[in-house]
Amino acid sequence: MRRFVFLTPLALSLIIGAFAVWGLLNDRDPSEVPSALINRSVPNFYLLPLPGLNSPGLSKKELLNLEKVSVVNFFASWCLPCRAEHQSFIKLSRNDDIELLGINYKDNDKDALDWLTELGNPYTYVGNDFSGRTGIDWGITGVPETFIVNKNGKVVHRFSGPLVGERFEEFKELLMLELKLYK
Amino acid sequence: MNHLKLFFITFFYLVLVGSIMAVEPDEVLTDSKLESRARDISTNVRCVVCQNEPIDTSNSGVARDLRILIRERLLAGDSNKEVFKYLVDRYGNFILFKPPLTLSTVLLWFMPLLVFTLGVIILAGALKKASPLKRSKTFSVSNKKKLDVLENEKEKD
Repeated sequence: MRRFVFLTPLALSLIIGAFAVWGLLNDRDPSEVPSALINRSVPNFYLLPLPGLNSPGLSKKELLNLEKVSVVNFFASWCLPCRAEHQSFIKLSRNDDIELLGINYKDNDKDALDWLTELGNPYTYVGNDFSGRTGIDWGITGVPETFIVNKNGKVVHRFSGPLVGERFEEFKELLMLELKLYK
Repeated sequence: MNHLKLFFITFFYLVLVGSIMAVEPDEVLTDSKLESRARDISTNVRCVVCQNEPIDTSNSGVARDLRILIRERLLAGDSNKEVFKYLVDRYGNFILFKPPLTLSTVLLWFMPLLVFTLGVIILAGALKKASPLKRSKTFSVSNKKKLDVLENEKEKD
């Protein structure tokens, strides 16, 4: 009994200490909101095309009909990190195995059009989410946000924030892994 | 001095009122019953941008969209439970300030009870050991013999 009483505080402090070390060492980001969509089918949505752009609009039905691994990227012309990651998608658009789909989030039609003309349009479909409702249906917390959707229309990964540098490499690795699953 | 005081009081009231009034006038429903339900729900929904703030007081764009969405759902006849479900479907349990009881939150919910029980057990053990009743018993047993010997010697005298 005495040994038990003596060891309990020691054990407790060890457990608490382990948690503290885990919190400090692990490269986890506690502010990152886990996506509720992972391993679920893409939500219902129907978006009109951007007027003046020759990419069609986007809906769940169209996405499912693609039957390809696709990348859904929420972007906006007013979002600076989106500008930063745009080149990553231009590079990615050369890969024909992947379908790049854009959702223009809470943007002005003309600004979005100018933006895509200036930086290039890597997307085969661009949906116009002016109200931001589709953004909520996908559970986004801001732009840019990028989802990897598998051939069956299931969301497999979510990235919030710009895909540049190391983050882009990490994203590409997961994307290539997803492609390999079907080969 | 008085002027300074007045200035600070006015200043802080203005700042406070500014942060409390995140619900903007154009969002407020005319039906006060629904509006109070909407306020009730939105104080329990975490803003996904400024994470430790409820959407009720957050000024972020997504928080405003969610507040409007909650009011739309209520107008469409949703119960509070259905509104929460709608939000959890999109943002997960993370969006709730009060975590529901699930397998992964069992420890969170019952840790206080666990610690309390452990404390009671330890305390009971320690008290039992230190109990004067027990001590007097051992005292009397070991001293009884000595006492007997002494008494015997006394009788011999």
